[in-house]
Amino acid sequence: MTRVGFAAAAVLVAIALVAIVGPLLWTIPPEATNPAQGLAGASAAHPLGTDELGRDVLSRLMHGSRVTLLVGVAATLAALLIGVVVGAIAGFNGGWTDAFLMRFTDGMLAVPAFFFILVVITVLGSGIATLILVIGALSWMPVARVVYGETLRWKTAEFVVAAISLGVPAPRLLVRHILPQAIPSLVVSATLGVAAAILTESALSYLGLGVQAPFPSWGNMLQRAQIYVFTAPVLALYPGLAITVVVLAFNFLGDGLRDALDPRRRR
Amino acid sequence: MVAGQEVVRFLFQRIALGALVIVFASALTFFFVNLAPGGPASVMRFDVTAEQREALIKRMGLDKPVTQRYVEWVAGAVRGDFGTSLLTDEPVAQRISERLPNTLTLAGAALLLSITLGIPIGLIQALRRGSALDHFLSFFSAIGLAVPVFWLGIVLILVFAVSLRVLPSAGLTAIGDDTVLERIRHLILPTVVLATTILPTIVRFMRSAAIEVLQEDFIRTAQSKGLAPRVVVTRHVLRNALIPVVSAIGALVPRLLGGTVVTESVFNLPGMGRLALDAAVGRDYPLVIGLTVVGAMIAVATTVIVDIAYTRIDPRVRLA
Repeated sequence: MTRVGFAAAAVLVAIALVAIVGPLLWTIPPEATNPAQGLAGASAAHPLGTDELGRDVLSRLMHGSRVTLLVGVAATLAALLIGVVVGAIAGFNGGWTDAFLMRFTDGMLAVPAFFFILVVITVLGSGIATLILVIGALSWMPVARVVYGETLRWKTAEFVVAAISLGVPAPRLLVRHILPQAIPSLVVSATLGVAAAILTESALSYLGLGVQAPFPSWGNMLQRAQIYVFTAPVLALYPGLAITVVVLAFNFLGDGLRDALDPRRRR
Repeated sequence: MVAGQEVVRFLFQRIALGALVIVFASALTFFFVNLAPGGPASVMRFDVTAEQREALIKRMGLDKPVTQRYVEWVAGAVRGDFGTSLLTDEPVAQRISERLPNTLTLAGAALLLSITLGIPIGLIQALRRGSALDHFLSFFSAIGLAVPVFWLGIVLILVFAVSLRVLPSAGLTAIGDDTVLERIRHLILPTVVLATTILPTIVRFMRSAAIEVLQEDFIRTAQSKGLAPRVVVTRHVLRNALIPVVSAIGALVPRLLGGTVVTESVFNLPGMGRLALDAAVGRDYPLVIGLTVVGAMIAVATTVIVDIAYTRIDPRVRLA
């Protein structure tokens, strides 16, 4: 893997550690308000200052990282699950199933996803579970296409034909022989998928449709920060930088993994 | 006139396919809204009197089966009637068409900016592949892909509207000064912000497409027969590399439309995206459905235009 890919992996491990251990060590509750200390600058008690309600920004950033990583990873796992099932069934069965599932995939790709996300949130309301569900349900299409392509490619390979002639049942054939071939591509698209999911989550939380106050997320911290951007611009700095760094790291890791795992695309 | 007939048939196929996509989008949103728990039926949870409840049910047609309501909705939609907004009692079509020009201007400007910047940048990177400039520009597009759009908007407001005081931070025009110049000034920051949702992707596509073309034999032939490098680049590299890029641009339009929701919210622009957010927050189901379908229409229309551009760039494309 490239040096950039390793560096990105190291950054992500560090951020994950902060997300897991940070709140245990820095024990100021993220929701604890102190209006007398509102919009305070950096101090020993609050290394990154406080927001308009006197809440500790460092604590909110660390708790927010948990939400960000949780939603990003869980939504991507949901997308992987749907994408693999749709792509594998379409590619393996062929015929009408193939035509129906892949045209459905094309249709989903053509619908402006963000508008449809708004539709879903209008109906189901906002919250972390909805976020995971809705982001997963609207980002499985590229995964389905990858798995579909790999299934088509490998189902006529000699070792698969050999397995068929030995009487291996279809589900086992898929799980043991065909899908493992797709793992390298899936690892890459999942890594890039986490980055995209985190961006969507933060945008929705910024719009007030995602993680709800007083619970902190990087997106909803920015929603509040924009109001105070004239008086306390640093409040808008930290969460935005945090999102950028995490997304950048996932993207670089994805690119690095692609170079390492997929010799065909190495250039 | 064989070519003419082919073009007509091609156009007809594309439009039919596009119509299918729009029907798909409308069915998806309509049935989701009406069948999911917490849909319009939950309006009745609020403490309304029995008569009000009856009136609501009648007005929204909730006493009829979903499929029948969908058919009626489609019958209305083809006549331009998308129902009535629950929040303002105005026709959905009217509310959307009031906001549509602002969004089309913003999205069109952002698309234009992304194409006019993205194609030359990607081409230069491919020609100077491996150079410091290439690495710098690659890193720049990686950052562009990672920066949250709304945060970029906030930062730009901070720099250009608060610190430098050269550009306005919000709205469509200054109060009492509705000139074209003033409108353009108000569009600069939102256009830049919205363009970042697709510009890095166009740059990356252009770069890898041009690198691929540069390795072709016909480029070496063109160079070795003594063609000026400028001619090789414009006539041979650019033209061939544009083919995959143009089709990618069509696929980016849905993402661009999604970006308008965030961009219009950051800059408080009265457009379709901002309307979609208000509709979602206010649980205005007819409006939300109408907006998604109009969004799909815009995406489909752009795809058809892109497909036509495609046949112009690449005469080899069989019109089938």
